Amino acid sequence: MTDSLATPMIPVDAAAEPLPPPRRRSLLKRILADWSVRAGGGVLLLLVLVSLAAPWLGTIDPTAIDPGSGNLMPGTRGEFNSLAGDTFEHLFVMGTDSLGRDIWSRTLYGARVSLTVGVAVAVLAVVFGMLVGLLGGYFRRLDSAIMRLMDGVMAIPGILFAISLVALFGGKLLTVVVAIAVPEIPRVARLVRSVVLTVREEPYVEAAIALDTPTWKILVRHILPNAIAPLIIQATYVCASAILVEAILSFLGVGLPADMATWGNIMAEGRAQFNQFPHNVLFPGIFLALTVLAVNILGDGLRDTLDPKFNKRGG
Amino acid sequence: MPMQIFLVRRILSTVPVLVIVALIVFLMLRLAPGDPAAAIVGDSGTSENIAKVRSQLGLDDSLPTQFVRWSGQLLQGNLGESYFMKKTVVELIGQRIEPTVSLAAVTLVVTILIAVPLGVVAAWRHGGWLDRMLMGFSVMGFSIPAFVIGYVLIWIFALHLQLLPVQGYSRLGQGPWLWIKHLILPSITLSIIYVALIARVTRAAVAEAMTEDYIRTARAKGISEKRVLMRHALANAAIPIVTVIGIGIALLIGGVVVTETVFAIPGLGQLTVDAVLSRDFPLIQGITLFFSVVYVLINLLIDLSYLAFDPRIRY
Amino acid sequence: MLSKRNLKAVVAGTMLAAAAATSAFAQDAGKVLRLVPQSDLKILDPIWTTAFVTRNHGYAVYDTLFGVDEQGKVKPQMVDKYTTGADGKTWTFTLRKSLEFHDGKPVTSEDVLASLKRWGQRDGLGQKMYAALDKAEAVDASTFRLVFKDSFGMVLDALSKPSSNPPFIMPARVAATPADKQIDDATGSGPYIFKKEEYRPGEKVVYLKNAKYVPRTEAASGTAGGKNVYVDRMEWVILKDAQTQANALANGEVDMIEWLPPEQYTALKNNSAITVDNPIPKGSFALHLNHVIPPFDNPKIAQAAIMAINQEALMRAQMVHKELYNSCASVYPCGTTFSSDKTGYFTGKPQFEKAKALLKEAGYDGKPVVLMYPADFALLNKFPPVMAQLLKQAGFNVDMQSMDWPTLVTRRAKKDPVDKGGWNLFITGWGIADNMNPMFYAPLTGNGEKGWFGWATDDKLEQLKFEFLASADEARRKELATAIQQRVYDTGIYAPIGEYKPLTAYRKGVVSGVVRSPVNVFWNIKKS
Repeated sequence: MTDSLATPMIPVDAAAEPLPPPRRRSLLKRILADWSVRAGGGVLLLLVLVSLAAPWLGTIDPTAIDPGSGNLMPGTRGEFNSLAGDTFEHLFVMGTDSLGRDIWSRTLYGARVSLTVGVAVAVLAVVFGMLVGLLGGYFRRLDSAIMRLMDGVMAIPGILFAISLVALFGGKLLTVVVAIAVPEIPRVARLVRSVVLTVREEPYVEAAIALDTPTWKILVRHILPNAIAPLIIQATYVCASAILVEAILSFLGVGLPADMATWGNIMAEGRAQFNQFPHNVLFPGIFLALTVLAVNILGDGLRDTLDPKFNKRGG
Repeated sequence: MPMQIFLVRRILSTVPVLVIVALIVFLMLRLAPGDPAAAIVGDSGTSENIAKVRSQLGLDDSLPTQFVRWSGQLLQGNLGESYFMKKTVVELIGQRIEPTVSLAAVTLVVTILIAVPLGVVAAWRHGGWLDRMLMGFSVMGFSIPAFVIGYVLIWIFALHLQLLPVQGYSRLGQGPWLWIKHLILPSITLSIIYVALIARVTRAAVAEAMTEDYIRTARAKGISEKRVLMRHALANAAIPIVTVIGIGIALLIGGVVVTETVFAIPGLGQLTVDAVLSRDFPLIQGITLFFSVVYVLINLLIDLSYLAFDPRIRY
Repeated sequence: MLSKRNLKAVVAGTMLAAAAATSAFAQDAGKVLRLVPQSDLKILDPIWTTAFVTRNHGYAVYDTLFGVDEQGKVKPQMVDKYTTGADGKTWTFTLRKSLEFHDGKPVTSEDVLASLKRWGQRDGLGQKMYAALDKAEAVDASTFRLVFKDSFGMVLDALSKPSSNPPFIMPARVAATPADKQIDDATGSGPYIFKKEEYRPGEKVVYLKNAKYVPRTEAASGTAGGKNVYVDRMEWVILKDAQTQANALANGEVDMIEWLPPEQYTALKNNSAITVDNPIPKGSFALHLNHVIPPFDNPKIAQAAIMAINQEALMRAQMVHKELYNSCASVYPCGTTFSSDKTGYFTGKPQFEKAKALLKEAGYDGKPVVLMYPADFALLNKFPPVMAQLLKQAGFNVDMQSMDWPTLVTRRAKKDPVDKGGWNLFITGWGIADNMNPMFYAPLTGNGEKGWFGWATDDKLEQLKFEFLASADEARRKELATAIQQRVYDTGIYAPIGEYKPLTAYRKGVVSGVVRSPVNVFWNIKKS
């Protein structure tokens, strides 16, 4: 059951039983043995390595323009005349866009941006969602108000919210990351809250409270560990969704600055001539689909091994 | 508790959510950089003109005062006037609502017709190759961006096979066949992600229901497998399925924005993109509010529909 | 209780009725010309804005006193005859009979004078004309007179001005709207009637044939001649995506694309069912600089930016096909009366080293210059990425900011510094009608904040313009035009990026009669 802006979830408030304390070594082994984790994680790892190794994989400056080399078909070997005046030969593996920029280079460097956005959004959503969820779940008085606020945020369809935020505050990297993360926070918060609510009733927590343990210690020592597994799973789904949403925002023209090489921007630029030069849209599209697929499958694998009760928990 | 009180309570619970949505939308716009007065005055605005418009719009009053005034207008059904299109927001939404509702309705029908049987079959053959294949396709369904699917479908069915129109929308009043013809490709594009989601949830819910005791009882009583599936498993799985349909409306709304852009359907989705690209704040505000209210109301209806599905539920 | 048989009959009857109703509806529509305009029509006031799509709307619903034909000659349109006093200071015009507005009221001198007055408050040439005017009065309902303080050499040029802003004639009550507010009534006396009830911004605009319009008897040529309408209805179908436009035309879902994006040129040229035409001879693009804020208030830095221009690269990026563009270093269209190759340091080819030297000399502080980028406007959106890189090569730091076209149009009016939302540079397109004459060209101003966006101050330039207006001698005008050109480059007001052929595409064998004209006009088109 995936969960994110792009795919919603079932909010079942039924309390779930807490996990038995995991046996460290066999858990890790179990995770790595799962087929989904291997497949998804493997592809992702490959992608990260490729994007890091971009400068050595037959790429040129992804922003370099050569109008004379516009709209070359994939596999063309040709001369690149940069605006600065220098000329060199280059194999355009995936062809060029209308300004003569090499799509292979843009796609590889674009992977960096997409992955960064995905991870940044996931981290942001998880951190803030966790804070909100902890507060709401632990402090009864705040709970009602916080949950109403989260309901309100969730009522605004995620993409609309993201689009509006970017429209209002501009299209810089930070704004886009925040805009995509904000609508994801309520779901993470709910998840954490439901964990907190269940764990709270446990005898060892009650004992800790009775012993006057400071609140933060209780939260960190007892409650948090139970939330980690669901949070990690949720984080992967948020990451997948964020990568997709960034592409959608760029496609609509309300995403990252147009001169930045991102998959969404490449596709947005190529859409004006899709019929004659589909490579502009198809190549980054394939990379995008593969990446999102890999992350989703990884998330499924993690969920199956870490927390089979994920669905019931409101994840 | 008695039905009536439950109903009233549930309906009233939407109020705080709506207030929060209104507050969020209001703040988003007021806190955004840029001067709405300058946008209205436009091209040759002098500073006196801009100041005049500012006081006309009451932009110099304190935020709480502005919020109260704005909410008052909202309750009277006044969503403001578009900066650029010289029509009220309500009028513009009214003009564009038919295409969007048509698209959403057809997509919903297509989705349920495909996804529910798919999920039931997958659950029935739980663990088999059919199950795995279907679930594999469903993960792909929400990994591939809708606009890529859209362009590919246009290429194949509209341009090469010339079976369907490339773009546009035909109003119902101009003939039902023409209306449906224009909606086939867009609704398929939009439904893919929805089908993926609902098929998955249906499968999970039906598979879960199949393990329940009452199923074993029904089988022991000699009821045919088909009847077991339909009457017992599916009926009990109805709640999670319907829930997900409700939450999926948020997905649908987001997807509508992209699909309308690809197929040039003049609905609310395109209006949103137009509004965002031209920084038409009242329009952005009005549409976001409208969609959020619709979303909240639909979820209300779904919650209420649980009463019909499960006589055991009393809150 | 309806029996099964009766029920079937009822259903069959309903369906027949529905079918009949829909076919009747289709018949009422008659001949419909479906056209994709260059952009969405959001503003209906062609005096308030210089946007070309609004100007085109203006040509559909309004009429003008004079027009210009294909050869550029001024011809009377609404005017029947006119006389000039011996001293050249008095002009008397008589309107044609049978001119009527769409609401049935006749067009009178009062309407004409009110419309001209409003136009004179917004348009650059109009402002000059009204400044030189002593009085403008109605002699009777169909005759009016303009009396000038001194001989004003461009009266007919002004009254026939083809492009933004043309002096369209509106009813006096509409023209009474203050010039800084938009009108909301599109009543005119032109060959088409704007159908307000079917107007859906972002979706479509509908015009009906004005059956009561009496066209002139001459053949249509440019904005002059007979404006005959051969269709019953014209619909502007708003499609923003270039690929969607081309697909729709190829599929027959629309009949005509007003401005064909160059990336679709090859595909549609090779499509045997489509004609790719060039009814507007040519247009040009220019880079405009902001002179009221640093750094371009310093002419040396402005010159450095202009030296970064690589016309070939910029035009190639935007227009793609060699047959669709050419370089031209003159501020006037190459091959027209005033064009001149005396362009000083500007060659249209990049001079990065010289530019860097100038920047050093002028003490450029390295602050990024803001280049506005209209990402959604298909005819302008390839320039800024290329220009940004060229400027970087010349030693500038560049901040290229993405926005949509209407936002750019609003933002270019701001004189604030860049950190308060201002701008330094942007690129836009013009038609041959706009820059063939220095007095027509809106951005050619040196009167500081009273001038066009960019607000350059150059008293010498204004003086030369004044002399140009006052002179009637062709040779002298040419000299002055060249001098004006040199001033433009010396101060660095703006610089041309190149010339292009605007293309129109329409269904072969279905659409015909597209008029050769300096601006897009939609009368005379036949649909079979």
